[in-house]
Amino acid sequence: MIKDLGWKVGGAQGEGIDSTQDIFALSLFRLGYYVSTYRHFMSLIKGGHTNGKVRITSEITGHHGDDLHILLAFDQETINHNFHELIDGGVLIYDTAIKDATVPENDKVNICPVPLTEIAKEAGSPIMKNMVSMGVTAAIIGLTPDDFRSVVVDKFGGKGDEIVDSNIAAIQKGFDFAKENFSATIELPARPELKSERLYISGNDAVSLGAIAGGCRLLAQYPITPATEVMYQIIKQFPQVGGTVVQAEDEIAAVMMSIGANYTGVRSMTATSGPGLSLMMEALGLAGISETPLVIIDVQRSGPSTGLPTKTEQSDLYTMMYGSHGEIPRIVLTPRNVEECFFFTMEAFNLAEKYQCPVIVATDLYMGMNKQTVASIDFDKFKINRGKLISDEQLAELEKGAFKRFDVTPEDGVSFRSIPGQKNGRFVAMGNEHDEVGVEMEEPELRVKQMDKRAKKLVNFNDVAGATYVGAENAELLLVDFGSMTGPQREVYEELAAEGVSVGHLSIARLLPFPTEEIKGYINNAKKVLVTEMNSTGQLKNQLKQFINGDHNKFESCLKYSGDPFLVNEIYAKAKALADSLKKEVTL
Amino acid sequence: MATIVDFRAEKPNWCPGCGDFTVLAALQKAAVNIGLEPEEMVTVSGIGCSGKLSQYMGSFGFHSLHGRSLPVATAVKLANRDLTVVAAGGDGDGYGIGMGHFIHAMRRNIDITYLVMDNHIYGLTTGQTSPTSDKGSKTKTAPEGAVEEPVHPLQMAIMAGCGFVAQGYSGNLKQLTELIEKGIQHRGFSLINIYSPCVTFNKVNTYDYYKANLVNVDDDASYDKTDRFAAIRKIEEAEENVTGILYHDPSKQAYDEVLRGYPEQAIAKNDLKFTREQWEKLAVQFK
Repeated sequence: MIKDLGWKVGGAQGEGIDSTQDIFALSLFRLGYYVSTYRHFMSLIKGGHTNGKVRITSEITGHHGDDLHILLAFDQETINHNFHELIDGGVLIYDTAIKDATVPENDKVNICPVPLTEIAKEAGSPIMKNMVSMGVTAAIIGLTPDDFRSVVVDKFGGKGDEIVDSNIAAIQKGFDFAKENFSATIELPARPELKSERLYISGNDAVSLGAIAGGCRLLAQYPITPATEVMYQIIKQFPQVGGTVVQAEDEIAAVMMSIGANYTGVRSMTATSGPGLSLMMEALGLAGISETPLVIIDVQRSGPSTGLPTKTEQSDLYTMMYGSHGEIPRIVLTPRNVEECFFFTMEAFNLAEKYQCPVIVATDLYMGMNKQTVASIDFDKFKINRGKLISDEQLAELEKGAFKRFDVTPEDGVSFRSIPGQKNGRFVAMGNEHDEVGVEMEEPELRVKQMDKRAKKLVNFNDVAGATYVGAENAELLLVDFGSMTGPQREVYEELAAEGVSVGHLSIARLLPFPTEEIKGYINNAKKVLVTEMNSTGQLKNQLKQFINGDHNKFESCLKYSGDPFLVNEIYAKAKALADSLKKEVTL
Repeated sequence: MATIVDFRAEKPNWCPGCGDFTVLAALQKAAVNIGLEPEEMVTVSGIGCSGKLSQYMGSFGFHSLHGRSLPVATAVKLANRDLTVVAAGGDGDGYGIGMGHFIHAMRRNIDITYLVMDNHIYGLTTGQTSPTSDKGSKTKTAPEGAVEEPVHPLQMAIMAGCGFVAQGYSGNLKQLTELIEKGIQHRGFSLINIYSPCVTFNKVNTYDYYKANLVNVDDDASYDKTDRFAAIRKIEEAEENVTGILYHDPSKQAYDEVLRGYPEQAIAKNDLKFTREQWEKLAVQFK
């Protein structure tokens, strides 16, 4: 397992838990550590229990870690809900302002009661209790108050030097208190060499930046957790690149606007989550048959219906792959880490225009709303490719009205596209079946030709790799996942490989076109295939069974649909048991 | 200069005598009179007999989904403000399934013109009650007579803040052409509700009916089209049997004029270059 330090802050929602988590994580990130965070929150504004975890490591991870070393409690509920996660030798820091605080009996955990609120009052304001707690934490993990200075300056510098100084003073007071009263220490992992170009960023923010870099200039979106942050980020950045955001009246309007903008030659997308995606199904078909580029970001959450709005899941896979009536070509990409959220979104705009079809980028709440260290983002390797746009000169050579927008002759099924404003480029985009020029028609032969033309588009698709494999050649146990599950599952793989298990890790990067050819060898060679996904019916596993011929009895599922993300140990236990069962077969 | 012929596309297959023929002719004439070129114009329609307008109009077209012409038209205009954008649909399309978009498009004051071919019936699905069907009118889905109140699009538009509200009639091509011209020239959202008789399924709201009942406010020099409450009174007194510009407020700013950061040059004409310098600026907030 990766050597790490797990730190968690908890309190009532609306009490500044998010910012406390952020100050801690960002400070450690700036010191050069890799951080991976997780926010636990509920679908309400104030009250209720919320907490934020930060995992600190010296190597990159895509998981917030199983172990908790330090728990910082602003209220009793935080102790009640999270104390059991503390490892032996861990530390509980709690505010003595919690009346009659009760701590479970456990002589292996160091208990550090601190008058956080009182010290904060002395430093100037009770709201600085989070700063006092940074000082206490610093004393325990061997940092200095100064290590938090740059973040404090960035967060509060705008409010004046006085505010910065009082916050720094609060950190110092917490630090001094801890040094005087407690001897508990927790060791930080080794500090990695600080490389430039690292970012501390969430999947949602990475999607937003990827969209901007990829040329998106019109975002139409309806607010929905956990996709709303995409709109916030793009609203903030668009003025610099000359784009516009419309907060649509509903998800149907959002997707229709995105289609309208793409038709007009502007790269556009919408971002949503399950309930919104369901509303967009009719429009998805429209984009498919009218051959209009479209990018949809689906930040999945727990369903069905409104389900668990603030919890994570990967259960929209069928909707993304098969949703909407009738049959259209479409591309579904599944970024497996925050870096891929950036690149896949960027690339989605190229693909949507190249193939003139909808592209869905599937993330989830776990990856979307949580920040982590991203090694590097080098967008220089990215090129904008607008596909088959017909030029004004080409149009001028045609006889008037002769432009065949839906020409069936190209081998690749992709015909030239004109944009409103182009002389002699007139056509009608429509949801009805049409002939090559774009005139509505019902003739059986022409209908079949248009269906076949569209179906041809993705037959030889190889623009984005469908999967990544690491591990032994002909591994007996194959671990398979997609999206955000690749992070934790990679740790399971590494653990098992270190134990000498014949194991491989296959992570799927693309659901459609399904990467059958790329992955069937790994599947067919394995004795057992464990598919880890966050849903209750094994949606990815069922796709593997559908697309890959062979022994279907070898598939096993590791599923979770409680709303909470997987712990590495939960996956490990299942994988280890399978590995052991394979060993037994051999000995028998 | 483009002529009527340039704005002709496929031959319409509406029923002989359909009011929609006049709407198409008026739109074509208006485009020519304003001096538009076919490629500078986009006609976006919904579904139904009215939805076919985009195919017959020689401009660029988008025949979208039932009730969804306005979000598409909105985005076309925002993507390229140099284009003239006309949305078209029927009473079922626009005031039934599309009602939500209708109110919000007016609230946003997008610079588009919305033509609603109002025949008080669902035509293409063969004669069911529509949102504007008169109370008591007998249809296939209300054999004993409709019991719901009809929607009142003109009053609704005025109350929703629409800056140009007019009503035309398929029996008066000249006036309808003028209304469409003025609607297109109005900077902001303009609604033109058009009584466009369905000769096949509506035997009540016929050409004869409208001929006998319609009052034209454009002929009334004393009518003050800048007074929104007087407009509502007039519409209600006449039981909506009015034509002409009922309300006009040219002072309201269109959506793209008030948006922060909205580019001067049409977005569709900007290149997509994204520099390392721009990237550094974005990335700094994550360091």
